[in-house]
Order: sequence, then C-alpha cells, then structure tokens
Amino acid sequence: MAADTRDEPADSGFGQISRTKDVSFRLLALAATLVGIVSLAALLLNVAVDAVGWLDWQFLTNPPHPDPYQAGFLPALVGSVAIMLVIALITFPLGVGAAIYLEEYADDGYLTRFIQLNIANLAGVPSVVYGLLGLGLFVGLFSIGYGTVLAAAFTIALLILPIVIISAQEAIRSVPDSQRQASYGMGATKWQTIRNVVLPRAMPGIMTGTILALGRAIGETAPLIMIAAPTTVFGLPNGPFSKVSAMPLQIYNWASYPQTEFQYGVVAAGVVTLLVVLLTINSIAIVIRNRYQQRT
Amino acid sequence: MSRETTASLPTGFGRRDFLAAAGVALSGGLAGCSGVFAAEEDQVNVAGSSTVFPVTEAIASAFSEENPTVNISLSKTGTGGGFGNFFCAGRTDINNASRAIADAEVEQCGNNDITPVEFQVATDALTVVVNPDADWIDCLSVEELREIWRADGAQQWSDINEDWPDEEFELYGAATTSGTFDYFNEAVIGEEENHRSDYHATERDRTIVQGVQGSEYAMGYFGFSYYSENPDSIKAVSIDNGDGCVEPSIDTAMSGEYTPLSRPLYIYVAKESLAKSAVRDFTRFYMKQAATDLVSDVGYVPLTEENRDENLEKLNGAIAEVTE
Repeated sequence: MAADTRDEPADSGFGQISRTKDVSFRLLALAATLVGIVSLAALLLNVAVDAVGWLDWQFLTNPPHPDPYQAGFLPALVGSVAIMLVIALITFPLGVGAAIYLEEYADDGYLTRFIQLNIANLAGVPSVVYGLLGLGLFVGLFSIGYGTVLAAAFTIALLILPIVIISAQEAIRSVPDSQRQASYGMGATKWQTIRNVVLPRAMPGIMTGTILALGRAIGETAPLIMIAAPTTVFGLPNGPFSKVSAMPLQIYNWASYPQTEFQYGVVAAGVVTLLVVLLTINSIAIVIRNRYQQRT
Repeated sequence: MSRETTASLPTGFGRRDFLAAAGVALSGGLAGCSGVFAAEEDQVNVAGSSTVFPVTEAIASAFSEENPTVNISLSKTGTGGGFGNFFCAGRTDINNASRAIADAEVEQCGNNDITPVEFQVATDALTVVVNPDADWIDCLSVEELREIWRADGAQQWSDINEDWPDEEFELYGAATTSGTFDYFNEAVIGEEENHRSDYHATERDRTIVQGVQGSEYAMGYFGFSYYSENPDSIKAVSIDNGDGCVEPSIDTAMSGEYTPLSRPLYIYVAKESLAKSAVRDFTRFYMKQAATDLVSDVGYVPLTEENRDENLEKLNGAIAEVTE
C-alpha cells in the first residue's frame, strides 16, 4: 500500500502501467524491422535458387546469345566495371574538391547556404532526370556519342556527385577544430593544414562515402536508357568512345525475352552477379576504412 | 619527437596515394587516347526492329566469338525509330527492319549522305494470338481481322460473329514506331482505313504475351518467334485469305501459303559504313549465316541459298564501290 501511494504522483505523467502495451509495442517495432529484412531475405533466396545451374563460368565469359544455354554476361560485366572506374576518376577529385571548398574556404554567407541547399536537393533528384541532362549535355552538346563509356560515366558521375560531396563534407567536418588551430599555431598555411592535417584524418570517411556512392551507381539503369546505351553489346569496350552496356541494362533486356529460361534462370544469374560485384565494392570500402582508422 | 613521426606518417601515405591516383588517371587517359581510333574502326552499331533483334543477336554472338576485338552494339528501337533517330542520322551502321524502308526515310538518309543498302535476312509469319481459353475462335478471315483492328470497327466479339461472347475486345499490339505495326497496318487494315488507336501499344512483345494470358477476351499480334517460344500459354489463330484457314508456322511461311501475314525481314546497311573493315566483315558473316539453322532456331524462316548468293553479290558490289 505504502509503495502504491508513493508511486502515484510520479506516475501521473506516463499514465497507467500496462505490461500488455509494453510487450505489444515491442512486438510491433520488431515486426516493422522484420518486414524489410524478411522480404529482402526471401528475394535473395528466391534469386539464388533460380540462379543455381545458370551462374557458371561460361555465363561469365560468353557474349549474349538468344539461346539461354549459351547466353553470357561478359560484355555487360566488363562494361559496368569500366564505367565504374571512369566514374571514380571523375567524382573523387570533383567531390573532394567541392567539399574542401565548402568546409574550409567558403564563408557562411547566403551564397554558400544556397549552394549547400542545392547540393542537398540534387541528391534527391530522380535518376531519369540526370539521364535527360546527360543526353542533352554530353551526347547532344559535347557530342561524346550516344551510349559510350564516357557519356555513361559522366552522366552517372553527375548523379552521385552530390552524395560524394555531402559525405566528404561530413568527414572533413568531423576533424576536430583544435587540430587545425594547432597546425596554424605552428605557422602552417591553409593549404599545408588541409593537406597534412585535415585530409589524412578525413580520408577514411571520404573513401567510404565515395565507394558506397559507387555502389549506388552500379545499379543505375534509367540514365543509361536515356543516353541510348545499346540494349546488348558483343565484344569488350576498347576505348572511352566505344559503346557500352551495363549489367542492370542487360538484365532488364533479358527479362523481356520470350523463353522462361531467360525470365528465371538467366535473369537470376545476372542479378546474383550484380549483387556479388556490389557487395565486393562495399566490402572494399569497409576494408579501406578499417585500414586507415588503424593508421591514424 | 614521437608526435612528429606519427603526424608525418599519414602525410606520407597521402602523397603516395596521390601519386598512385595520378598514375592511374594518367595511364587511363593515355589508354583512352590510343583507344579512340581503334574504337571507331572496330565498332559496329546496330539499332532497329525488335522482331529482327534475335536474328542479329544470334549472328552477332557467333561473330564475336570468332572476332573478339570487334565491339558490336545492338539496340531495340523499333524499325521506324531506328531509321529516324539512329540510322539516317548517321549514328548506326546497320538498321534491323521488319518492313521495307519508306520513301521519307530514304530521303532523310539522303540528306545526311547515307545510302541504305537492303538485304533480306529471313521471313517471318506475323502471328495473331488469343487466350487458350477462347475456345470459340480458331480461324479468322482477313476481313474479320480488319474489322477487329480498324478504327471505328467492331467493339465486341459478338459484332464479328453472333455466336461469340458479348464481351469487348482487349487488344495488345505493336507500337507505331514498330515495323510490325506498319506491316500489319498495310497488309490487314489497308490504305482506306486506319489502325485503331485504342489498344495497348508496346515495343516489348512480352507485355503482349502477359496481356493475352491475362484475359479470355484478349487478342494480340507479333512476330512468330515469340509465339513459338510460348505455344502453351497462348493460342495462335489461323488466317483465311480466301483459300481456307492456314496456321502460322515456319513451313507455311516458307511455302508462301500463309498470306498476307508472312513478311520478309531486312537489315539495311549504310553503304558509307562498309568502308570500315569491321562492318564489312560482320555484314558478310551475316549474309552467310542467314541461310543456316541459326535463323530457324530463333523461330524464323532462313533464306534460300539462291537468296543468299544474290545478297553476297549485292554486298560485294557495294563494298567494291566504297573501297575503290
């Protein structure tokens, strides 16, 4: 009794104690978590089962073919990797440069805030819109040629650039200001401070952000369709101006073939290959981050 | 002291990383420059009809196994889309076509100094399909087909035949950029009437199969190869052109009985592109393979050896003109 009377006033703000509500809310939250995880697991399992027997060496080394048993993925696989490499070469310097400017040099005026707001907005623009931009700018105005490695890489690089800038900014911001002040105190210039203090500390974060953005880029299909990347390519890209197909585009194409072997087996094998490449890229990001974190 | 060494460690790595990155960028750039010329010479670009696509795909696949350095790109744009946006604009070397080139397209090509050279590569039996549960229908005359597909024509099955159900058609057909649409329009609808526009138009034949599977009162049309891969899930309708019902098949298309829907399939090669050795080799390879089982495996009628020899002769003539 005594305990009850003492509890009552402290309890009033929270209402009646209810064990049922406590448990049911916990279950509700668990269910919300499981919906995503379970459906992802079901999808992966489904695809993996369908891909058994289809994902073999000849699938990875052959060119595409209308016969599902001879169809191969090599040109799309190499095409995707080639596009990725060029994207990395474009986005890394541009993204890090923009982030350094915004974090270290720009003053906190209206213009900077306007730029900042726009970068955040650009990160949310649908990829089809970037595809149209690429079509108008790189294919039309600069005439790099429709569906080439360069046109594809520049278009997707624009798409992931905002993400790279934002994550690089986060990384640079996380370097403690006291270290910068210490560097200035030693008589270092701004450039020396950025090169010797800020960038080495921020590099793991920048690398992780960039590689994760590349992981997003590898799955993009819509911009490639917009810049008229060919449906299917035979032979490997032999230069930045050769026509290129990518893994998601080839998978999309196979899904429309008449044979059920394509719709299930070959498509599933393509999806598994795409996922493996994606997970490899992401795990490289993790390894790099861990290595740099140990060093500094 | 110890502080200084730890502080300089990451710096050293930063510089080394920078050099490595610069090296990669530089070598990438150099490889790019040397690759530019190779890319143009070893590149064969093909766009056009989705009906001819599987034939070209099979032949390109066989070709690239023998010539791995040649990069062949292949797009599905529809016959008209391929001529208008790619071939006659000088963006592709070859256009797949499920109908003959139109006068306006020849003119457009001419304005850009492109001379299309026509080669027939196969024969198709354009196939009209219905749902397998539609047991009332096995055969249609060309007039009935026209009545179903023309603008302001029949709306319900019972409008064609009183014994058929009082249900509206659900129609799936080729998009207007497609050569299949143009051919069907010309062969069935004719010039006096227009093809109706209230149907599901698509360049993806799979959408037509799914639509027809989904409704008992649906009807669609596309190239024979798509039917031959799905003979259990959809039903092909025989066509009566006055001489009794003829079912679509490779045999009836080859013998010429399946009229008016058996049609020639073409590729058009830009004569100017034949100056490139890769395009020359690929086209020659194509002409030889078009008379083999590669074509019938896809579901079309291969060329006769006579046609093949005519094609090769025509090709050699065109090559001689541009290489001299």
